[in-house]
Amino acid sequence: MSERYRYHHYLCIGCPLGCRLELEAEAEDIVEVRGFACRRGEEFAIQEHTDPRRVLTTTVRVTGGVWSRLPVKTAGAISKGQLLPLCRALHQLTLAAPVKLGEVVLIDALGTGIDVVATRDLPRA
Amino acid sequence: MISAAPRHLRQPYDVVVVGAGPAGMAAAIGAKEGGADGVLIIDREREAGGILPQCIHAGFGLHHFKEELTGPEYAQRFLGQLLTHDIEVLTDAYVLDINPEQQLKVMSPHFGVTILDSRAVVLAMGARERTRGAIRIPGQRPAGVMTAGFAQKLVNIGGYLPGKRVAILGSGDIGLIMARRLVLEGAEVVGVFEIMPHANGLNRNIVQCLHDFGTPLYLSTTVAFVHGFSRVEKVTVAPVDAHFNVLADQGWDVPCDTLLLSIGLIPENELSRRLRLRLDPVTGGPVVSSTMETSRDGVFACGNVVHIHDLADFVSQESFLAGRSAGAYASGYKSLSDNIRLIPGENVRYCVPHTIASEREHTVYLRVTRPMQACNLRLGTVYQRPLRYAFPGEMVTIKVKPSFLERFHGEALKIDIWPRQGDEP
Repeated sequence: MSERYRYHHYLCIGCPLGCRLELEAEAEDIVEVRGFACRRGEEFAIQEHTDPRRVLTTTVRVTGGVWSRLPVKTAGAISKGQLLPLCRALHQLTLAAPVKLGEVVLIDALGTGIDVVATRDLPRA
Repeated sequence: MISAAPRHLRQPYDVVVVGAGPAGMAAAIGAKEGGADGVLIIDREREAGGILPQCIHAGFGLHHFKEELTGPEYAQRFLGQLLTHDIEVLTDAYVLDINPEQQLKVMSPHFGVTILDSRAVVLAMGARERTRGAIRIPGQRPAGVMTAGFAQKLVNIGGYLPGKRVAILGSGDIGLIMARRLVLEGAEVVGVFEIMPHANGLNRNIVQCLHDFGTPLYLSTTVAFVHGFSRVEKVTVAPVDAHFNVLADQGWDVPCDTLLLSIGLIPENELSRRLRLRLDPVTGGPVVSSTMETSRDGVFACGNVVHIHDLADFVSQESFLAGRSAGAYASGYKSLSDNIRLIPGENVRYCVPHTIASEREHTVYLRVTRPMQACNLRLGTVYQRPLRYAFPGEMVTIKVKPSFLERFHGEALKIDIWPRQGDEP
């Protein structure tokens, strides 16, 4: 019996509350999630158990702007394993100022279907 | 996002705000809403936003905008509001002095040294990072020892990688965020070392900045020695005992070329001292009333200059209040003074504001001295509520309602937090 039921513990990253989540699984099936203060906690535990995802925030090189880096993010969460490969891909990129907040910097990043977008206006110097 | 300097300065301004970070921007908007006409923000940086433009990670705005934003996005929303509120922003300018008549001595390339008159002042200078000198780490003095926030500016704004093999002292949020940043930018982070038996940053940052990348966190461990002649070559780290004495014989060497320090922030209160404001020895910031007014009439303060906040959202909330109060003061409205002092009691390190008024609703922020599970928060004998947990790294907030104080006729209220199965008297 104890072999079949497994308890997995996660710390919710949905907000600074940081709920301590317990997920009970029987083989491949999720039986129950406990310890969440809101719906997002339950969803996070299930996502984290099946396919952990993160929103990536990083910077891209830019020329002719008031600063030399443009902050960017993935428009949605991507698989944890793709964080570093995507950063390496973004290192190859150089943009030219001006850039507007929300502008797509990289379409369909690494085939995830998720775009990388600028998170600020970067005017020309 | 770069704000244009005002072409000429008004005399006087209704409200002058010192600092254009999250606190200053919210205070200026609050001042307009509170009835002020001419509102000016002065900042020493090239652009408004304070620390936000370099905080490229997400986690901002959940309270204020009800959605998760990055620092630059949060800043840009506020900058848009500054424009629509017709608030002037003078960047590249330094406030040298403020006198009790609310006159500011300002230095800028555009206006030279000028004296500005104002009806009310909001102090929103924020905080700066503690450096190696603040905790006197023994060792040699090579290049490569820097604060985490400075490294953040180098990486995120300047595009420089400060090192290839990095050790981080202190588990504050900036240190944790930088651990992830450096890994994503191709550096190796050899470990985060924390002298306390618990992590200082938010749990979510431990998970997504350290666990996600397998970066080790060493608790009750500190850097005992920095080695290197021209550049950091290694650091000696060692565990500490319950009294924080370094156990040198149990230490080990960690080869690295950079040591980042995330060892706390100091409210930047040089101007508050020039004004001889009453300061709280625990927070290092001005003592404030429930309207965020300091010990001098017409001088208000908000944000990290008052006490170190966990979240920019909380800073904004507190600063809107300070700004509204300053705007009201400048328009000639004087609010009723506070009649109740708040006293930090058992397990409470400090609380802000320092006084409240029984007829209004207040948000009181406080910090506990040690981590506790399942505890009770008590406000004198008038109110109590259970807390699931309380950590020194997470600010506790209490909404104090007039109804709590209807039958209270005393002069001061003590705030205590006790573990429920603890040694409560």
